[in-house]
Amino acid sequence: MSHAEITIALAGNPNSGKTTIFNNITGTRQKVGNWPGVTVEKKEGRIKKFGYDLKIIDLPGIYSLTPFSIEEIVARDYILDECPDVVIDIIDASNLERSLYLATQLRELGRSNVLFALNMSDVARARGFKIDCAKLSELLDVPVLETVGNKNQGVDALLQKAVTMAESEVKPSRERKVRYSNDVEAAIDDLILLLTPHLQPEGLCEPRWASVKLLENDQVILNRLKTALPEGAFTLLQEKAASWREILQQRYNEDPEIVLTDERYGYIAGIMKEVFTTSPRKRIDMSRNIDRVLTNRFVGFPIFLLFIWAMFQLTFTLGAYPMDWIDTGVTGLATFLGRALPESLLKDLLINGILAGVGSVIVFLPNILILFFCIALFEDTGYMSRCAFLMDKIMHLIGLHGKSFIPMLMGFGCNVPAIMAARTLESEKDRLLTILITPFMSCSAKLPIYIILAGTFFGPRAGSVIFIIYLMGILIAVISGRLFRTTLLRGADAPFVMELPPYRVPMLKSLLIHMWDRSKMFLRKMGGIILIGSIIIWALSAFPRTVRYSHDYPAAMAHLEAAYAQKSADAGPAEKAALETQRQARMREMQRAMRAEETANSFMGMIGRAIAPVFAPIGIDWRGGVSLLTGFVAKEIVVSTLGVLHAVDEEGSAALGQALLNSGMTPLSAFSMMIFVLLYIPCIATVATIRRESNSYRWMFFSVGYTTLVAWIMSFIVYNGGQLLGLA
Amino acid sequence: MNHPDINATRLSKIAEGQRARIVAVGGSGALRRRILEMGMTKGTELLVEKYAPLRDPLEIIVKGFHISLRVEEASEITVEIVE
Repeated sequence: MSHAEITIALAGNPNSGKTTIFNNITGTRQKVGNWPGVTVEKKEGRIKKFGYDLKIIDLPGIYSLTPFSIEEIVARDYILDECPDVVIDIIDASNLERSLYLATQLRELGRSNVLFALNMSDVARARGFKIDCAKLSELLDVPVLETVGNKNQGVDALLQKAVTMAESEVKPSRERKVRYSNDVEAAIDDLILLLTPHLQPEGLCEPRWASVKLLENDQVILNRLKTALPEGAFTLLQEKAASWREILQQRYNEDPEIVLTDERYGYIAGIMKEVFTTSPRKRIDMSRNIDRVLTNRFVGFPIFLLFIWAMFQLTFTLGAYPMDWIDTGVTGLATFLGRALPESLLKDLLINGILAGVGSVIVFLPNILILFFCIALFEDTGYMSRCAFLMDKIMHLIGLHGKSFIPMLMGFGCNVPAIMAARTLESEKDRLLTILITPFMSCSAKLPIYIILAGTFFGPRAGSVIFIIYLMGILIAVISGRLFRTTLLRGADAPFVMELPPYRVPMLKSLLIHMWDRSKMFLRKMGGIILIGSIIIWALSAFPRTVRYSHDYPAAMAHLEAAYAQKSADAGPAEKAALETQRQARMREMQRAMRAEETANSFMGMIGRAIAPVFAPIGIDWRGGVSLLTGFVAKEIVVSTLGVLHAVDEEGSAALGQALLNSGMTPLSAFSMMIFVLLYIPCIATVATIRRESNSYRWMFFSVGYTTLVAWIMSFIVYNGGQLLGLA
Repeated sequence: MNHPDINATRLSKIAEGQRARIVAVGGSGALRRRILEMGMTKGTELLVEKYAPLRDPLEIIVKGFHISLRVEEASEITVEIVE
């Protein structure tokens, strides 16, 4: 049986407990995506209840419907365009006055039926607040229900009420909206007269509301009216609105939109007087006391660093164990498939392409789970905004918001979760900026490359050299941040007018849901761009199949076998064992030489040699170039490709170090290569994450191009500058 | 903003633990509107709760909730000290 569908949108201030209620209603049956065209997260859940299919939309947390943040535009457009059956406004009862600002705006909008949920009513009561629900309901002509989201109280009744409202099909009440002062009302009435003939009856918005927006000079609504209205009518309307704005401006000596905001708060103050009483008893404000310690002048930073350190440790140290298990599992599977399947191209694709590629990325899953658990913990307890509070001064110097600190720091572990963590930033520009500079934070996968290069060429000073590399990454990030802020992402960083919500005990359920949401996104990516990317990289290194070897390896090997068989037959039992070891070593050597030639002659090798002229000016030979190319899949692969190309055993870095020394690499060119590794194109998983989080291919390609260009230029400067200074 | 009241000063000049009443919100565009929409309209009383360890931003309590503002943003808000 198919059910009728009812759409219910949840609106509310940030920290009003909206998400908790959403989680309670939908559980794990939620779909997380983006609102079209923007990177604001869209959450949607479907449940069956009361004989209906309920579609629940979690609108972004906002303070107002004024369109200057994307969140506000998204929320308002959704209500205007999709006209959900019911909008439930989740009101933080312990914060009634400010919450009513959005609530009255939702009422003014007059598009959908509105229902108020007085959430956290228990907290409000504990604080000695008394709210007269019946009176509030009467004054605003909106049903008001009490809920306690984190105890799941009143949520069912809330849904039931919403369904009843949708069923009854009463139009949203037109009465008892916000009344402004007489001057403003006169202007509104005048504009309504002009608008009404064009907006009847179910037009794109309500005439009164549109009039208010015209007085506020709301560009989004102006554009909507421009397309909807006949040209003449629109011009007339625009002129009328402008002249009213002028009049109000002169009368109040203030912008009309400010006047309206003031009056709305005045109206709310009136409501507050009637519905809100507070008992004057003094109580201990736990949250405030906790905050006095956590943001204390002296211990605030040490505690913050301790938490961050713990998060880092948990993510990358504890995460290393399940990482190992996954790694073992993938290797085991590869070995199993290697034995079970007959030798074929498909097998090679499966093992060396798909499994190796996807396997190298899926190992990050534990990191991501743990990191996002920690971030959810920070956010749900309210500590995240304190992190921003503590760090903002420092981050502001690079034109960033305090909250950018966590993503950037996590970048030292792995860029994939780090870039995903940028979601905690509200402003799109801040988020993009953070996403673009996070790859300069040297991730842990690059460390093995530094270790081998620095260890080989700088000996006892290796530690200092690696430290310099890390510092350089931070410096480049800072410079890039400032550069982007003054060019591409111009404009001040978002105003830091940020609420510091009271500390709350987090709910395990919502922590787990947050964690799972992120991980799901990550896993979905495995099937997409990373799979395709791995196949391409594999194909480039596996083809062409027919390699013209510099000498006939099979014959040489057969010859070797025969020679040893001969010797072995003549030798005594003791010598036999020694001969066998020797034989195996010789055979391995030959196989390595053969593989080195195969790789050198693959498309990847050809590309490597073709672009060798690009790498030559920065002191990297074609082998280095090829390994850097394969590093696109994962930075861990760079070392193993170097190993293959230099025909050394993968085990033990000493042999590779020796081979690098023999290849004519100098400390200067090694340093140049380290800089290049630090800065150049991040791995495919990161690139895919950038694409996903910036919601654009343009920024993805920009990031790839920018990082690589910066890498080359920096390496060029260091290598050639070093040579000029006589270093080698 | 010119204000005849000699007690009027910038919010950024108010010491920790001091109460003040908003006289005018200056600044421009988004920031100004954001501040007003958060309920910091003329005549609203606030308490400067604390400054961050690096002296920027600062935290104020207004209408029962806590808000942080950068010092440069707070300097756009004219207030008078409430004794």
